[in-house]
This record gives sequence, structure tokens and C-alpha cells, in this order.
Amino acid sequence: MTSPLETAPADIAQGLRRVAIDPVSRVEGHGKVTLLLDADNRVQQVRLHIVEFRGFESFIEGRPFWEVPVMVQRLCGICPVSHHLAASKALDRVVGAMPVTPTATKIRRLMHYGQVMQSHALHFFHLSSPDLLFGFDSEVNHRNIVGVAQAHPDIAKKGILLRKFGQEVIRVTAGKRVHGTGSVPGGVNKHVSMADRAMLLADAQQMVEWAQDAVNIAKQLHAQNPALYQRFGSFRSNMLSLVRADGALDLYDGVLRARDASGRIILDGASDQRYLDLIEEEVKPWTYMKFPYLKALGPELGWYKVGPLARIQNCDFIPSPLAERERREFMDWGQGDVIHGALAYHWARMIEVLHCMEVIRDLLDDPEILTGDLMASGPRQRGGVGIIEAPRGTLIHHYEVGDDDLVSMCNLIVSTTHNNQAMNEAVRSVAREHLDGKALTEGLLNHIEVAIRAYDPCLSCATHALGQMPLDVALVGPTGELLDRIIKSHSGDMVHDLSRPTGLAA
Amino acid sequence: MIPPVMPHGPRKLKLATVSLAGCFGCHMSFLDIDERLLQLIELVEFDRSPLTDIKEIGHCDIGLIEGGLCNAENVVVLREFRAHCKTLVAVGACAINGGLPAQRNHLNLGTILNNVYGSRTGLRAGSAIPNDPELPLPLNQVHPIHEVVHVDYFLPGCPPSADAIWKFLTDLMAGRTPQLGHGLMHYD
Repeated sequence: MTSPLETAPADIAQGLRRVAIDPVSRVEGHGKVTLLLDADNRVQQVRLHIVEFRGFESFIEGRPFWEVPVMVQRLCGICPVSHHLAASKALDRVVGAMPVTPTATKIRRLMHYGQVMQSHALHFFHLSSPDLLFGFDSEVNHRNIVGVAQAHPDIAKKGILLRKFGQEVIRVTAGKRVHGTGSVPGGVNKHVSMADRAMLLADAQQMVEWAQDAVNIAKQLHAQNPALYQRFGSFRSNMLSLVRADGALDLYDGVLRARDASGRIILDGASDQRYLDLIEEEVKPWTYMKFPYLKALGPELGWYKVGPLARIQNCDFIPSPLAERERREFMDWGQGDVIHGALAYHWARMIEVLHCMEVIRDLLDDPEILTGDLMASGPRQRGGVGIIEAPRGTLIHHYEVGDDDLVSMCNLIVSTTHNNQAMNEAVRSVAREHLDGKALTEGLLNHIEVAIRAYDPCLSCATHALGQMPLDVALVGPTGELLDRIIKSHSGDMVHDLSRPTGLAA
Repeated sequence: MIPPVMPHGPRKLKLATVSLAGCFGCHMSFLDIDERLLQLIELVEFDRSPLTDIKEIGHCDIGLIEGGLCNAENVVVLREFRAHCKTLVAVGACAINGGLPAQRNHLNLGTILNNVYGSRTGLRAGSAIPNDPELPLPLNQVHPIHEVVHVDYFLPGCPPSADAIWKFLTDLMAGRTPQLGHGLMHYD
């Protein structure tokens, strides 16, 4: 996939000025944006770089499979439950739990919808709302959750309490708010207690109402500035998500469906086990995050959006009444065409918060979360794929396990990775429209970040891959003395070298 | 909460936070103080943090570091935090001992690179390891932060609970030696 502005023309690349947004802030994880500008401030190149590497896929190989659902949560602290459950679903197949018990499915679903809700609330209220409430180029020291708390105490408080409720749902089902242990290969390890259920039910209806308020805030923002919300960071693309077999929105399980930019279904009913037949990934030299695309369409035409904006438009209906009513209003806003504006992600995200709260409220009333079999098992399988709709989009975990119970292969495609090309397109669209030919100010540069934030990227998730060669590692003591330095060449030769200065000395 | 005695009079304390080679979970746990966040912002002012758009750290009273060191840029940022923060705190397992990402330390980086970028299932033919100068050099091993700078406090947990973070911060802001005690001091 190559797009305009991805790479500056070679004949002028030498003379360009570099402007960096480093780090991209109010997002999860590590990223930076670089722009290359010519003498007239015309933008020639824009790239979103993911700059960190952690290597999860490699060090998971060789671990006992039952550790994996707990290990992989450390990919990401905002959406650990997604990794916890995607890994559990893949490993359910390994232990032959096909299917897991109704009780396990419902408790996992409760955990997951609690998580999607808290993650969406965090993203909207704590991270993105300052841009939307104060303006993209408002004063930098005010443009954060503290500013929101001072200017709109009611909005900030509701946001904090909505997220708190989602986190409490996770704590009740997983044992801890961050990095719990509730789901295991083959099921879950505890029921919901009567006391916990009563505690959550006491607030559930209130939270449904506040979620409706959050949708209303998003709608008001659109109504106040429809032109901006339609155009900002907009570009046409395919979209991909899971849907339930009957076409309903489903965040926990389903089949893969994709639509093209005009809404025509181009893939439907595909089993999650077949993802490798459908999706391929490309690597670019300037970022650690890969670029997935639909194999059938190839890298130029096959890339897509995932996440709330894709899910809301990909499904046929939302299986809860209040959120379905909001979805229809959202679709009407598009006047029959697919909505591609980046800022529409926020509206779609809040509709999902409302849906999650309706589902949570109803699941809390289900007696099967209190009693029933927790675990299932059956004939052992060699491997499995688990796909879930994480807050940020479709998340794929794939494992193979040997007879010794050790993981022999691990492949992960995380939600944010699916959106890699889309986020790059969004920042290029914004650069073309808002920055081209202007003297760059902090406020103008923030426009780029607003587009990235709309996608709610989770850059920690996306950095499970590894970096660059050759290597130069220096170990420097607390007072700055060089303790050791190892230089490794392309050929793999290791040299200890304490003579040359390092780039690390303070 | 016991209202902290402000040793500097009415001046708000300045707080900076960063996630190095972590997962953001410690920041999430920090936000899990829930409504107490509204009390906290009466007492402290955020400087550089993933929660603000301040990209360059200024002089701060407290710096909270999440995550260990996995690349050269992490080291540079950590040194900047040490130079600008009176009190530097290693928050969570990764900052204290490398945490889960340090599980790669027994593997050869070159082998992993080729595995991830050159020879995996589902990769487009001809894919190669990213090598752009914009990408910071990775370290051969993941290091805890005390190997590079002096650390004033270590707050364990993966992540430390919101209550532990709250107790720690309120003790520190009140000029008391932070004491977590039973129930708040845990390593998982």
C-alpha cells in the first residue's frame, strides 16, 4: 500500500525540513508523527511511527499454554481483558472445550462488555474530550482532563464514574481491575457472587442513563459543527468486524464480515479460524507496526478500518433497544452513504457504551452467572484461533501447542494494527487540509493528534514486534560511567567495546 | 482522606508521569483512584504525562515512571525525568525489575527480528526488518530503571492497586515517609 504523502519524492527529499510530534500524547503507548516540509511549508511526507518493540509473539513461544491468558494481558493495560479473552477463546479449542459452558460464556461476556465500556469512557472523557470541548487549538495547559474537570465538572465526574463502573464489572468477574485472572482455557474460574451482583445492579440503570447522556454529548458536538465532523480526517476505505451469525453487532464472538467504502458486503460469514486465508500483513521500514489487508484485494485496495465506526456500520442491527435507536439516528446522519469522517468514531464509540451498559444490566439479571458449570473439556487439539472485538477493533490471537503443553507458535494481530493504514491516511488527510502551506503552530500540529486520537490507538498493543539491526547496547551506571557496551553487527558478531562514546551518555 | 499538609504553602506540587517499556496498566491503575482524581487535581498540577499535551518535562516535584528500558529513547527520557524530578518513583513490576517484557532477555534479538518480520505466517512476500532512522535502537535486554538512574521509591505490583498508589501519593505529599503496609504491598 502506498499513498500520496507517505514518502517524499526522492528528488526533493534532501532539502526538506523535519517537524516531529513526539510523543503523540493523550493516546495509549508510544508513537510519533514526522512531517517533511518544503521551503513553502508544503507538506511532502507524513508518517505515524510506532517506535517501540517488545517481542511478545517470540517469548510466548515456549511457555506453558495455561500461562498465556494471564501473560498476554501485559500487552496493554487499557484493554487487558480483550487479550485475556481472545487467548482464552483460542486455547478453549486446545483443551477441547467446544463450546464452553453457558455460565462461562456469560461471565466472560460480562467481563468483556465491562471492559469495552470502561475503555471507551476513558478514551472519550479522559483523553479526547478536551479537544472536542475546548477546540483543537485551545490553550495547551488547559487541554486535558484537569481542564475538563474545571470547566465541565459534571461531564468529568460522569466520565470518571462510568469508567469506574466498567472497571468494577471487570474486578467482580476477573478478580482485579487490571490484569485479572478470571478466564482460563476451557472456561472461567469463579461465579459472580450475590453480593457483587447486588452492588453492580444498584448502579446499573443509572449508568445506562449516563451512557445515553454520553451519546447525546457526541450528537451535540456533531450538530454544532457538522461540516467539521463530516470532513475532518475523512477518507474512503473498507471496514472489517465480527458480526453475530444473524448480522447483529457482537463484541465477544461471531463471524468475519467486511464491506467496501460504499457499504457493499465483500466478505461475510467467514469463520475466525480461517483468518490466515483472508488477511495478510505488510511491513514498512519506518514503523514497527505492520499493515494488514484483505488478501483477495491485495495491499493497495484491501486495507480497512476496524473499531466502533466500522462495527456500527458493518452490522445489520444492535441487539439492544436504546443503542439500536441511536444506531439508526447515526445511519440517518450519513444520508444513505457510509460515514467515513474520523470524528464520527466518537459518536459510534458512545453508542457502543450505551449498548454495553444495556447488555451488562441484562446479564446481571441472568441467574446463570451465579451458578452452573464453570469449565468444559474434550479431545485435545493442536491449536486454535480466538477473535474478539476489542474496544479498538478486531483482535486476533492464534496459538499452536505441542504435546508437552508448551506454545510452539503464537501469532497476534491487534486492533490498532488493523487501523495502521487508516490512521496514516487520517493524518495525511488532515495535513493536506489544515497544515499545507501554513506556518505550523502547536494548535495546528494538535489537529494531527486529534485525528490519531479519534482511532483511540493502543500503541502498546501494537508493539509486540521487534526492532532494528545492528545493535548497540550500552549499560551506563547511575553516575554516567559506562559499565559495558556491546555492539552487534549485521553478521551477528558481538563485540564488547568500552572505548567509543555512546549516544546515551547524559 | 487526611488532607495533606502542604510543605510549600499553597503552591500545587508538580507531577510528571511516563510509560517507558510498560503496558499503560500502571497509568490505568492510577486513574482507578476514580473520584479521588478530582481531589488530587486540587493538590497537584500535571506536567509531562500521557494525560497532557506537554511534551517536554519541566521542573517537577514527583515523577512516576512506568515500564522498564527496552530502547535507547527510553534511556534518554528516563534521564530527563531524573534530571527534572525531585522525587523519582519506579511504579510497577516493569520499572522495578523489567517485568514481563524482560522475558525476551534470554532470546537473541536478531533471531526474533527475523522471526517476526521475515518468516512468519501471513506476511507479504519480501517483508524485511524495519530500519528507518526514526526508529530508536532497541536494547539487547530489557533493564530495570535503577540500573541507569537513582530511584527514590519503588512501588511494586503488576500494577500496584489504585489504593496503594493513592496511599503512597498522599503520604508523600503530606511529607510523611510512604508506608503501604499489609494489603497494599503486593507483587501481582
